[in-house]
Amino acid sequence: MLEIKNLHANVDGNEILRGINLTIKPGEVHAIMGPNGSGKSTLSYVLAGKDDYEITEGEILFKGENLLEMSPDERAAAGVFLAFQYPIEIPGVATMTFLRTAMNAQRKARGEAELNTPDFMKIVKQKASELKVSPEMLKRPLNVGFSGGEKKRNEIMQMALLEPSLCVLDETDSGLDIDALRVVSDGVNALRSPERSMLVITHYQRLLDHIIPDVVHVMSAGKIVKSGGKELALELEENGYADYVNAA
Amino acid sequence: MPAVQETIEQVKEIDVDKYKYGFVTDIEMELAPKGLSEDIVRFISAKKEEPEWMLEWRLDAYRRWRTMEEPTWARVDYPKIDFEDLYYYAAPKSSPGPKSLDEVDPELLETYKKLGIPLNEQAVLAGVEGARVAVDAVFDSVSVVTTFKDELAKSGVIFCSISEAVREHPELVKKYLGSVVPSTDNFYATLNAAVFSDGSFVYIPKGVRCPMELSTYFRINEEKTGQFERTLIIAEEGSYVSYLEGCTAPMRDENQLHAAVVELVTLDDAEIKYSTVQNWYPGDAEGKGGIYNFVTKRGDCRGKNSKISWTQVETGSAITWKYPSCILRGENSRGEFYSIAISNGKQQVDSGTKMIHLGKNSSSRIISKGISAGRSQNTYRGLVSAHRKAAGARNFTQCDSLLIGDQCGAHTVPYIESKNSTAVFEHEATTSKISDDQMFYCQQRGMSDEEAIALIVNGFVRDVIQQLPMEFMAETQKLIGISLEGSVG
Ligand SMILES: Nc1ncnc2c1ncn2[C@@H]1O[C@H](COP(=O)(O)OP(=O)(O)OP(=O)(O)O)[C@@H](O)[C@H]1O
Ligand SMILES: [Mg+2]
Repeated sequence: MLEIKNLHANVDGNEILRGINLTIKPGEVHAIMGPNGSGKSTLSYVLAGKDDYEITEGEILFKGENLLEMSPDERAAAGVFLAFQYPIEIPGVATMTFLRTAMNAQRKARGEAELNTPDFMKIVKQKASELKVSPEMLKRPLNVGFSGGEKKRNEIMQMALLEPSLCVLDETDSGLDIDALRVVSDGVNALRSPERSMLVITHYQRLLDHIIPDVVHVMSAGKIVKSGGKELALELEENGYADYVNAA
Repeated sequence: MPAVQETIEQVKEIDVDKYKYGFVTDIEMELAPKGLSEDIVRFISAKKEEPEWMLEWRLDAYRRWRTMEEPTWARVDYPKIDFEDLYYYAAPKSSPGPKSLDEVDPELLETYKKLGIPLNEQAVLAGVEGARVAVDAVFDSVSVVTTFKDELAKSGVIFCSISEAVREHPELVKKYLGSVVPSTDNFYATLNAAVFSDGSFVYIPKGVRCPMELSTYFRINEEKTGQFERTLIIAEEGSYVSYLEGCTAPMRDENQLHAAVVELVTLDDAEIKYSTVQNWYPGDAEGKGGIYNFVTKRGDCRGKNSKISWTQVETGSAITWKYPSCILRGENSRGEFYSIAISNGKQQVDSGTKMIHLGKNSSSRIISKGISAGRSQNTYRGLVSAHRKAAGARNFTQCDSLLIGDQCGAHTVPYIESKNSTAVFEHEATTSKISDDQMFYCQQRGMSDEEAIALIVNGFVRDVIQQLPMEFMAETQKLIGISLEGSVG
């Protein structure tokens, strides 16, 4: 599904990613943990195609294709989804309108017919109720005045609607209360499938109690310094990053 | 009899003395010769079979206009217009008129299709029963299709071309024409008074709620034809009407002048809602060939508790010079102005409103959303004033500008004058840019640059879109996207 080889990326001349290697197979869930500022969000933005980053070395293959040559919307249509650490507000645009525009844009890019209103309403209502997003919230401008937890639930609802093949979740658990964490995790787990891969960025083991990863990576100073099974997260929870940060 | 037929018959009946006007007038002629003179004014008036008083009114305006100078205070820049190099009269080309709407020139219907006239209105044009939007289409200078007159007539509503009103309802026209925008008002309005070609006339009798939205589609079609529409709407005591105006123009090379005048009058407890979607040809990437749109629109809330609300969506034209205004004369009267003005490429927009508070407790609300992209300039120019007697006058103004790219300009020029200490005027203004983060977020969800901009801009103008009649909303949202094509990348 995803193959990152020796990826180096700069922001404003500072090297943030310093040789990332990561392979995710279809159906796998990988978690990335690591100290603040280690480059986790940067990696997620580079995957999604944000243009503030200069790729100085390396390559990314997504379903065998050169991801770095694709524009952000092409990547989205090809199946890359990023649940933002800080979702963006879009004043005046009803959440419902945003969802519909996004879904139809992707369908159009893939040469599929646009959804008609009744079909669209039906699936939005279903996904919204699964993620406990109220119909009232769907009418509000996207993310404007949403609480932290509401924004995160909204991100996962979008993910459920867009049915991507690679889901990148950047600290989706932060800001969630205990119940919301369960709702969101259930939402994510419901999307797990042999055709879909996930890259879950988190600081906390508790998310990984719900979304059980196949592989856990530790990122430090722009590199993956350690990879292991789900036990690695437990160990980190216990001992912190000290061992790995020093190693880097 | 369809209007085309009517017009042609009438034109044929006119006994034009070809020497009297100093030029050869061919009865079949579609155009008056270029240039402006008393003879041309007489020619126009004669073509329209106008009574003497109408001709005199035009001639007065013409003589006055000769002494006036083009205004230069707006923030727009264009080569000097040679008023002698324009045509001042053009009639549509279809020869024998259709016997019914079904026989309307298919080209004309095709044009309506291209203009994006909503299906229900095309249905009206096609004569389908049950379709309920009346269309009085001003195609070039003469009203070509007028529908639903009968049904409107049942409720006593008069909806016809202004030329017809001059002939059929002279007492109303005499009473109200020029009573809101005097023929001496300004350079363009005076020019319009001299040579106005056609336009709509609406009269809503006392206590009548107009049974349908009235709608006019304008289109400039003749090469080098100045367009001088004149519209007059009168709402008698306790009446209500919603009027829609939409327009577009085809590609062309030469700048075209458009100087319309719209006058609205509301008496006690009456309300007029006037909505415009203007998407005339804005010119090419260099701004060449677009329409010059110099419009005077004004409403007079003459009666107590009367209300006038202007909603405009301005996306077209190379130059827009337009300030739909309200004179709040009646006690407790209310004026509203909701505006979306989009400029892209090299378009120049100088638009806004005037709310003149004369009556006690009169109130007004202004919401203006300006969007500038490309290398365009977009100015909001507004005046809110309170007369000595306007105790308790209130205004709320919100002026938001959105910039796309860094080569365009947005300017806000609010004037406030208050001669009554109890008047309360509030003004809020913001200027913002579409952020890269917003763009990236939308793109990450699959939208192209253009889809993202259209979505974000539609969010920005939402408060105004909601003021539009239902049938205009979807169309307008699309239009906003189209207008901003090419504004990024
Ligand atoms: N424009 C910039 N110029 C210089 N440094 C930058 C710029 N943008 C980001 N950085 C730096 O890049 C590093 C990686 O940031 P990133 O957001 O990827 O970290 P993170 O691992 O997601 O951290 P957190 O756990 O706090 O979310 C940080 O040190 C940050 O300060
Ligand atoms: Mg981060």
